[in-house]
Amino acid sequence: MRSLILRTVAPLIVGLMVLFSIFVLLRGHNEPGGGFIGGLIAVAALSIYGIAFGVETVRRAIVFHPLAIAGAGLLLSTLSGLLSMVFHVPFMTGLWVYPVILGEEVPLSSVMTFDIGVYLVVVGAVTSVALSLEERGED
Amino acid sequence: MDVAGLTFLALLLPFLGAIVAPLLTRILGHKAAWVLALVPVAIFLHFAGFSAELARGEVVTGGYVWVPSFNVSFSWLIDGLSLTFILLISGIGALIVLYSGGYLKGHPHQGRFFSFLLMFMGSMLGLVASDSFLMLFVFWELTSITSFLLIGFDHQREAARRAALQALVVTGGGGLFLLAGLIILWNISGITQFSLLSAFGPQVKASPFYLAALVLVLGGAFTKSAQFPFHFWLPNAMEAPTPVSAYLHSATMVKAGVYLLMRLYPVLGGTPAWQVILPVFGAATLVIGALLAVRQTDLKLMLAYTTVSSLGLLVLLTGFGVPYAIEAAALYLVAHSLFKGALFMIAGIIDHETGMRDVTRLGGLRSAMPLTFAIAMAAAISMGGLPPFFGFLAKEEVYTALSAFDMRSITFAALAVAGNALMFAVAFAVALKPFIGKRIETPQAPHEAPVLLWLGPAVLALAGLAAAFLSGPVHSLISSPMASAIAGEARTVSISLEPHLGVPLILSALTVAVGVGFYLWLTRLRAVIAAVIAAIGWGPDRGFDQAMRGLVRLSATVTRRLQNGRLDTYMTATFALLAIVLIAAPFLYGELARAPVFPQDIPLHELAIMAIAAIGLVAVVLAKDRLTAIVSLGIQGFSVAVIFLIYGAPDLAFTQFMIETLAVVILALVMTRLRLSPSDHRPFRETLPDAAIAAACGLGATLFLLKVTEGPFNTALSDFFNQYSKTIAHGANVVNVIIVDFRGTDTLGEIAVVMIAALAILSLVRLRAGSLRHIADNDPDAEEASR
Repeated sequence: MRSLILRTVAPLIVGLMVLFSIFVLLRGHNEPGGGFIGGLIAVAALSIYGIAFGVETVRRAIVFHPLAIAGAGLLLSTLSGLLSMVFHVPFMTGLWVYPVILGEEVPLSSVMTFDIGVYLVVVGAVTSVALSLEERGED
Repeated sequence: MDVAGLTFLALLLPFLGAIVAPLLTRILGHKAAWVLALVPVAIFLHFAGFSAELARGEVVTGGYVWVPSFNVSFSWLIDGLSLTFILLISGIGALIVLYSGGYLKGHPHQGRFFSFLLMFMGSMLGLVASDSFLMLFVFWELTSITSFLLIGFDHQREAARRAALQALVVTGGGGLFLLAGLIILWNISGITQFSLLSAFGPQVKASPFYLAALVLVLGGAFTKSAQFPFHFWLPNAMEAPTPVSAYLHSATMVKAGVYLLMRLYPVLGGTPAWQVILPVFGAATLVIGALLAVRQTDLKLMLAYTTVSSLGLLVLLTGFGVPYAIEAAALYLVAHSLFKGALFMIAGIIDHETGMRDVTRLGGLRSAMPLTFAIAMAAAISMGGLPPFFGFLAKEEVYTALSAFDMRSITFAALAVAGNALMFAVAFAVALKPFIGKRIETPQAPHEAPVLLWLGPAVLALAGLAAAFLSGPVHSLISSPMASAIAGEARTVSISLEPHLGVPLILSALTVAVGVGFYLWLTRLRAVIAAVIAAIGWGPDRGFDQAMRGLVRLSATVTRRLQNGRLDTYMTATFALLAIVLIAAPFLYGELARAPVFPQDIPLHELAIMAIAAIGLVAVVLAKDRLTAIVSLGIQGFSVAVIFLIYGAPDLAFTQFMIETLAVVILALVMTRLRLSPSDHRPFRETLPDAAIAAACGLGATLFLLKVTEGPFNTALSDFFNQYSKTIAHGANVVNVIIVDFRGTDTLGEIAVVMIAALAILSLVRLRAGSLRHIADNDPDAEEASR
């Protein structure tokens, strides 16, 4: 779709949406949100980008093959689960640390990395499907 | 390391050897055999150390807990029976490894062969050492699988592949019967270990499920030990390289079925059913195997059929239930492993050095291969049951057991004499005929075998001689503990080379006399049997092919019927079934929902949202083309999301919004690949069934939901999560905490599914219509037509 209006506003919208998706992902533990929803928002953003500029542009923008992103996400989630084994607690037990960064206590956890993994799987998997369908539509 | 640890290591050692074998062979070539043979030698020495303990009547057990919740353990039981098997497996195994070093010298995949061979050795050791039912089953099937790999080692020949598959189907399938039988025994007794089971013998025999357990166990034992009518896979297994035939298909694996029968003898044995089924099948196998052996001219096939025959004799003895029968079975089993292993290796040497295995085209090799000739004769004399070899002692004991003067004993003694005489003839046809007479030209000029080849058979043949002369120590260390372990009570074997006149010796003499006659008339006998077989014209081997073809045809038909590749068929079937279940179930079980009370005070904005949803749905039905329909479906989805939002489920609403958006986007993308013209131009009468199914599904779901919401809401889970979400999982958003923490493992599974689904969709999208392969490539009928 070669709409001038869309192509003008798309980068702005897409940037905001991706930022928002990460925001939703990270707030998920205490407020509505999480990896699934965040991932879906990011997919929507990438779809818009694809409609505006074509599939090739999107593929260049995300650098990695979407399935590689999904695979990395799955690996990250699995490793987050396995990490608990190192500390002799059952698989998938949440581990928390509270480092103080710039005077602010930042709670970090294996649960969070697990959720980031979920986010990456959703982004990668759905994007790969959407992009390949779009590609076929073009040729 | 303690004894238990060392025993565990010994059981594990062959598998470790299998890992390093390919690398070692790459470095050392065929000389790797000398190193790899240390594996079975170490095992032999470790377990031989138990023999003094066992001779005192003790039993060695040990192991580790495996699945405690199901009372399953990795545990071993070393008694006279398993020790004899372990010593045979490791002792003959060491010789076979050396023999393979010479036999497959220079073969590009010799390392792989060693690896398979050691894996088999480990499986077989595990099988006979198992105390736990499940461990026995696992190793039982592992021997089938490793046997499959070894038979199909020469995988570029179709005959080898077929034989491998056949052996796997027959013995692996039999293993499933065995599993069922063991589970029944487990249920009757509540015991999962052989060492504890024998105390439950009377209880098992009195159980109404005794016969079922017996038949299932026999299904496993008879397939593995090639009893008629399951004998056909064993001769076909001769497609394997000769070391495999000598090791798996004569000395060890095929005796696993006999081992099982002996192991379960105190529990299942001694009943009328046992004493009828086993001798009848055993005797039939004995005679038929021997007759078919005479029919063959290929050295390996002749030996293979006599192995079938010998296994029949062992089953007969195990089931006969008279004094000396168990002792005879124990002796014959050991003797058979020694002489048959040696004879197979001899057949392999002849094949290897002359390039010819057909007994009618071999002759006069004695001058070129004197050592091989001597070893062959030693093994054949033992097989023929002549003194002063161990085979003689075994055969005397067999006839002692069968020499009573009742109808049953006389019948089976006659069958045994006939079978043994035929085997006598075959033994000398294999070991004598190729070496004497006029020299016949062979593809390769014959010369004496290298040390790696003759060492194995020589040691086995000498062992047969030594065991006969040293019968006292052999009986006290091996035979008596083995017979005692089988019988479940103390037994003493005392037979020796000293002459002892009586019925057994007369039967022996008769066997030899008839055997010599058969040997002299072998050619004519062979022609007669061939004519009879040709007249019958059908055998279990062809039956196997027919059964397999039938199976393939059946599955092809079922697949064509159920998986016709048309999406609309799948959708119709799925939704029709859903509608039937949702509507029929509440009627059948009287669970129909009461008519709901229509709420009076619905706020105006909720009414408006529901109206929008309804409008969306009407638009879907009325839409002229697919794109409009999809977008209209989105209207309904968004309305539902808004309802979620109003009722306090922001996460759900959030996700629903995103899913609806993406669904519209992706479906629209799919649509671009299809024609966007008015979608459905079918006449009304064709769309009617679809509409009916859709409406029925909607009705069913409505009834279901009404019924579900009728009952009081159980708040146990919500209370739990609300209470602990913050304290245990440090999160205020209960929904997210459930997803990533409380039920994180579920989520891990789900994202794996998402990933796999994406891979599948991607490959479907990339599939071009032109590249669609013909699905019914392996259509059995088409295959037959092209032959």
